[in-house]
Amino acid sequence: MTEGGDRRQFLAHAVQGVAAAVCGGVAWNALLVQQAHAVPFAIRPPGAQPERDFNATCVKCGACVVACPYGILRLAPVATGIPMGTPHFVPREEPCRLCPDIPCAKACPTGSLDRAMADINAARMGLAVIDAENCLSWNGLRCEVCYRVCPVKGKAITVDPHPRKLSKHAVFVPMVHSDACTGCGLCEKACPTEVAAVRVVQPSLVQGKIGEHYRLGWKHEPAPSSAEPPSTGASPAAPTPRPAPAAPGGLDYLNREVER
Amino acid sequence: MNAARDLSPTGDATAPVRHFERPSSLGGRLRVLRFSIARRLVQFGVLLAFFGTLHWGWRLLGQPLLAGNLSAAEVAGVLPLADPFAVLQMIVAGHGLASEVLVGATLALAAYALLGGRVFCAWVCPMNVVTDAASWLRHRLAIGSGDDLVRIPSRTRYVGLVLALLLSAASGVAAFEWFSPIAMLHRELLYGVGLGLTAALGIFVLDTLLLRHGWCGHLCPLGAFWSVVGRAAQVRVAFDDSSCTRCGDCVKVCPEPRVLHFGHAAARGMIVSGECTNCGRCVAVCPESSLNFALRARIRPRPRLIARETEPTSGGTQ
Repeated sequence: MTEGGDRRQFLAHAVQGVAAAVCGGVAWNALLVQQAHAVPFAIRPPGAQPERDFNATCVKCGACVVACPYGILRLAPVATGIPMGTPHFVPREEPCRLCPDIPCAKACPTGSLDRAMADINAARMGLAVIDAENCLSWNGLRCEVCYRVCPVKGKAITVDPHPRKLSKHAVFVPMVHSDACTGCGLCEKACPTEVAAVRVVQPSLVQGKIGEHYRLGWKHEPAPSSAEPPSTGASPAAPTPRPAPAAPGGLDYLNREVER
Repeated sequence: MNAARDLSPTGDATAPVRHFERPSSLGGRLRVLRFSIARRLVQFGVLLAFFGTLHWGWRLLGQPLLAGNLSAAEVAGVLPLADPFAVLQMIVAGHGLASEVLVGATLALAAYALLGGRVFCAWVCPMNVVTDAASWLRHRLAIGSGDDLVRIPSRTRYVGLVLALLLSAASGVAAFEWFSPIAMLHRELLYGVGLGLTAALGIFVLDTLLLRHGWCGHLCPLGAFWSVVGRAAQVRVAFDDSSCTRCGDCVKVCPEPRVLHFGHAAARGMIVSGECTNCGRCVAVCPESSLNFALRARIRPRPRLIARETEPTSGGTQ
């Protein structure tokens, strides 16, 4: 009987052990899933892979932190929403200076940062976003500091005239262009407002997408030349009779093509 | 342990068993503590090399001396090193890695496979300082193993090891690296990122009050990984059965008392288990000098001339 009792006890212990392992595994997995899908608040060093791949391949060694000559990179502390131990920088405190030789990416041992990246201007660390309500330029002052400090000046940030409600004068407003913005954060650092009116964020948090089915013909297709009206194809040689000039009722000219 | 102590050498049942006596002279004490002092020097030396490179710009041959940390590092800009367990988790998670970290992990794996896998634990790991301090405090507070509230088997760490790999595959991120208290502590010491000491404090309390050698001896998946690697270790503690009196002093000081299995040790002439950390505590206290570090290739079993009547089956009662 004792042998049977031993076997019984052994089985009970085995089942309990497996149950404990499964419980632990489920709890551990829940924490992992929660953390691994963290909202991408972090601004990563240049050449970083997309956030999910970055989280999976960053070994948290801090080689990039050591390599950065300006000392801007930090490893994330516990409980900040940024995965613990991964490198990031806070542009308002210390922006990326866009070293042409990209020492941080070259130091990465795992390839979390693209070591082969040759052009620092191809970096997409984030995207500058302007809060027009609190931007001095948008409020009518000639600030334009962000435009002046931008290392991709005239491409990532331009200053465009914008009609003003109160007077006949235009305001000159900074506009960010995502095709050239590296997300270095020099603009955010330089912004003179109390809380920066231009912020660098992960593009996925703010950037929309129009969708393939919208055809913006006036942007993407060549405008038909006024000297050469589009031919109808069937009778290319047929001379198009020009409408009678100076017909009475000038307001009606928009409908003229339809009537004909 | 008492059973082991009572077994006097066969053939001379009346001879008293000599025990380890704490030397009164400073030189004698230093001699007893020689391995512990060496371990602290290596542990803090490694930490200092990382810290100096990061904060004071220490250089070797014009390159950063030791850039990175224990997860991945580079010596003098040429020699990559990496934590093989971390790299294994990332590979299991299904991610291609740059060759540098793969080479580094292979080098570290080869080095520890020769020196003893858990040489990392006793000689390099910063958490070892915390758990040794807890162990010391526990000894001063005279908390015995029998008082422990929490009781879990020491093989729990292997469950953690398997779970770490399974969950890495399931979640796509390195499961243990994500929370590793060792990496947290190490990063905190180097980079001062904040709150990194929380886990170390928890482990200190666990080891002091709840479970003897709770973290290193029962839970740590990284220690389990190095235990597996350590089976191939070429530097081992050799055991001379012919001079051993089974006084059990080695078992008392050993952080992994199961590894001091006299039967196995006598048959193989050394401590076989990969869980042995090569910390050297047993070597330092053995009153008969029956335990010594040696290269595995040179170790031959040295059986006693007259066989023991009864062989204790286990090294200790821990």
